[in-house]
Amino acid sequence: MAERFYVGTRKGLFTVGRSGSGKSPWRIERAAFLGDPVPMLLPERGGERVLAALDHGHFGSKMHRSTDGGDTWAEVAVPTYPEKPEGEEDVDKFKGQPPPWALKLVWALEQGTPDQAGRLWCGTIPGGLFRSDDGGDSWDIVRSLWDHPDRKEHWFGGGADWPGIHSVVVDPRDGDHVTCGVSCGGVWVTRDGGETWGQSAHGMRAAYMPPEKALEPDSQDPHCIRPCAAEPDVMWCQHHNGIFRSTSGGTKWTEIEEAGPSTFGFAVAAHPTDPRTAWFVPAVKDEKRYPHDGRVVVTRTRDGGESFDVLTQGLPQEHAYDLVYRHALAIDETGERLAFGSTTGNLWVTEDGGDSFQQLATSLPPIYCVRFSS
Amino acid sequence: MVSVQFTQNLQRHVACGEREVDGATVREVLDAYFAGNAQARGYVVDDQGALRHHMMIFVDGRPLADRRELSDAVRPDSTIHVLQALSGG
Repeated sequence: MAERFYVGTRKGLFTVGRSGSGKSPWRIERAAFLGDPVPMLLPERGGERVLAALDHGHFGSKMHRSTDGGDTWAEVAVPTYPEKPEGEEDVDKFKGQPPPWALKLVWALEQGTPDQAGRLWCGTIPGGLFRSDDGGDSWDIVRSLWDHPDRKEHWFGGGADWPGIHSVVVDPRDGDHVTCGVSCGGVWVTRDGGETWGQSAHGMRAAYMPPEKALEPDSQDPHCIRPCAAEPDVMWCQHHNGIFRSTSGGTKWTEIEEAGPSTFGFAVAAHPTDPRTAWFVPAVKDEKRYPHDGRVVVTRTRDGGESFDVLTQGLPQEHAYDLVYRHALAIDETGERLAFGSTTGNLWVTEDGGDSFQQLATSLPPIYCVRFSS
Repeated sequence: MVSVQFTQNLQRHVACGEREVDGATVREVLDAYFAGNAQARGYVVDDQGALRHHMMIFVDGRPLADRRELSDAVRPDSTIHVLQALSGG
């Protein structure tokens, strides 16, 4: 079981460890980058190497690496967009403006499979996917996706000004099979390590589009995609329009129309071994984005989405207005321990799959991402 | 030689002390400065070489006019201040 997780916030990175005793063994053990936004981080396999993205308001996005489990950090290479060719036609059709060919936000970090030493993937706003084959010492934009005509023609910003890649799912059976979630632009899949790409948001539905475009894959706004690690053909997606599940490796999606108080939200956690179990944190759709009735709940299905438990024990049940961002719900490799944090700086952990939660903090900065150390 | 000075707030992230370098435009001056301090470049300009949105440059007290190409002219005895805007953060 994971004994440590990291929390990236609006004002720094916090390391939480299970180092205490008694009924509340989890402690915030360390803070780093205080005052600086940490939108994304990646604890790599082995537990000691951690990559953290910083989003300096003035100075741009940077990347830092720890090789000692977060004790010390050093700045390393950050993905950089290529020089935009003179006369390049690239206009966001919805904004009527050219997207910046410049890194705006690191929004996804994932590791390749164990046989792909040094391979990392980085999803960004305004829509570039980057790959490293030297453990993050250097990055190259995946031109096949950035130059794809559908990227230029159809992608558009969801909540952010520009489109972004927030989910990168690496198939543990084949590291060249990678699935990316794009807000907004659907679900993009490569089976050759990024040489070629295809759209696979088939079956998703976008009620926010005109009716004739609601089923167009390019119009879909998946908020977060997570696979079942042991059965990676099963993927769960918290979408702007609701919850979707795939049993075909993401090539076809089925909508789940009932899930407790709401199917709207941002985060999803998939059980690592049980493909029928997943967790969500619902909110009032679309733009209001606070818990129904001011009650923070987690919804859990154990039957592939046919029914949901509404989990409340240990969570605030009156006048709570926490929103949980897409990367702020994490699960460990056992499926028993989950942790999640909110825009209000509350942080919770469960050790029994969500039957009961412990509150670890009430006044952290707004929480962007939570990830367990493996 | 043109004097280049950076906001103290940047020193928290990357060392970039005051130096004197040659150049006839802000671009030329900063290119000369960053040739000896490549890490600092990305804190001041973006991937396309434009001044970052929440950064400011003054040339002898005048705000930079060309934030994209940094083509503002400088004199041999000019002083360039690289500062952060009050926005952002």
